[in-house]
Amino acid sequence: MWDWNYTWDILPELIKVVPLTIAITLAGFIIASLLGVPLALARRSKSRWFSIPVTAIADFIRKTPLIIQLSVIVFVLPQLIGLSLPPFFAGVIGLGIHYSTYLSEVYRSGIDAVPKGQWEAATALNFKKLKTWIRIIFPQSIPPTIPVMGNYLIVMFKETPTLSAITVVELLMTAKELGSTSFKYLEALTLVGLIFLALSYPSALIVRAIEKRMQRRGRSVLTK
Amino acid sequence: MIQNIQINLDSNIDLDKALPQPIVRYRNVTKAFGDHVVLKELNLDIMPGEKIALIGPSGSGKTTIARLLMTLERPSSGTIEVNGEMLWHMQHKGKLIAANEKHLHRMRSSIGMVFQHFNLFPHMTILQNVIEGLIQVRKTPKRQAQEKAMELLTQVGLQNHIKHYPSQLSGGQKQRVAIARALVMEPQILLFDEVTSALDPELVGEVLDVIKGIAAKKDTAMLLITHEMDFARDIADRVIFTDGGVIVEQGTPKEIFENPKSPRLQNFLTRFLSDRQSEPYKANKEIAAGNDL
Repeated sequence: MWDWNYTWDILPELIKVVPLTIAITLAGFIIASLLGVPLALARRSKSRWFSIPVTAIADFIRKTPLIIQLSVIVFVLPQLIGLSLPPFFAGVIGLGIHYSTYLSEVYRSGIDAVPKGQWEAATALNFKKLKTWIRIIFPQSIPPTIPVMGNYLIVMFKETPTLSAITVVELLMTAKELGSTSFKYLEALTLVGLIFLALSYPSALIVRAIEKRMQRRGRSVLTK
Repeated sequence: MIQNIQINLDSNIDLDKALPQPIVRYRNVTKAFGDHVVLKELNLDIMPGEKIALIGPSGSGKTTIARLLMTLERPSSGTIEVNGEMLWHMQHKGKLIAANEKHLHRMRSSIGMVFQHFNLFPHMTILQNVIEGLIQVRKTPKRQAQEKAMELLTQVGLQNHIKHYPSQLSGGQKQRVAIARALVMEPQILLFDEVTSALDPELVGEVLDVIKGIAAKKDTAMLLITHEMDFARDIADRVIFTDGGVIVEQGTPKEIFENPKSPRLQNFLTRFLSDRQSEPYKANKEIAAGNDL
């Protein structure tokens, strides 16, 4: 059943698309991280005309499947506004927008965790709004979110096979193509699984190590 | 202050010159949170350099008086003037409208505040905490800001801790940093909101001594909300007793503590003294000498 020779033959083919998969993940993550900031701020806005529509849109994006959003970008946008993106860009943008709604929630919890007294101290020192955000609020709200952000990076990496639905040639797509020419799906798909595991498991360990180190640092500062 | 008033009483000739204008003036200020009225029609003038101790039971509206001036709360009605200018209102096309952020920013530069829970910036060192306002708000060059900060940190006895983070300090040390941080901005009026209430009893004295030192040295007006009656008596030109959102009685420390007139104040003082057993705060010689522990 399992053909070792075939396995060794196709391994290089699969490894070849790993950099692309990682590139999609990182590009999508950067978009999600950047887009998440204004989204989080808009949702916290005191103006309801602003916060309610943004919250509704973000909830809609978060509560519908990524694959449908990707399909809209690739199939509907060209018809609707004549915007036809190459699959790679469509995939990266779709992934980025989808996960920006998750990361905005992470940011929001980080911002809300900053005690009210910090805002009041900034007011008492007569800081302007922007300075308060940059000097006082963000430096305190971002570091605690780093482990959660790391986890989302791994989740996004594992989500990349979804992009095969819009013809991005990533790992799953490559494995399917290999399988369809040789009718040996087992080896190709098993390898894809192992490659994902080989990449995401160490990443998870790194994230956990960062988390532990941050906890320890937090504690040691408190006890010093 | 007391001397000033006496001069005024003696010479009616040149009133304008003799009567200094108040730097803060509350006019019929009411503050309500929902249905709960915490401050009722408050009228209060604070003179330049005046040291006022604000005493009264919890929930009597003391803290709200300070928070309204620091622009942390907006009054429900009434006006507050700072240096003769409306704090919460501004002129726009001949009409009085709610102040915008720009107006508040300008007005705030003469006010400072020290909080019960210190509110130091935990991600910054002690020195950074103190220079941050100078650099970000006053646009002071860094070297100059550091010199000024060091001077004040020495004054509060923390010159040897400048590289530490707030989490590495005791409560009393934290509060002394917070005082230096507020003072470095050189406000005309400094608000102290129960600054020793969150401290362990043995740390109260060092903070009160620092405040007393500043009060003696600087002509900054101070509004001190406190439960330390001995401290209030020592430091204040005027003591104000609030209860139920109104000023019930005010006068010199002597008048308030030795000859309270209203039953509510008499009641408060008796209850207070029996509750606390009048814990005397001890002078901390080391701090007075500017050396740290």
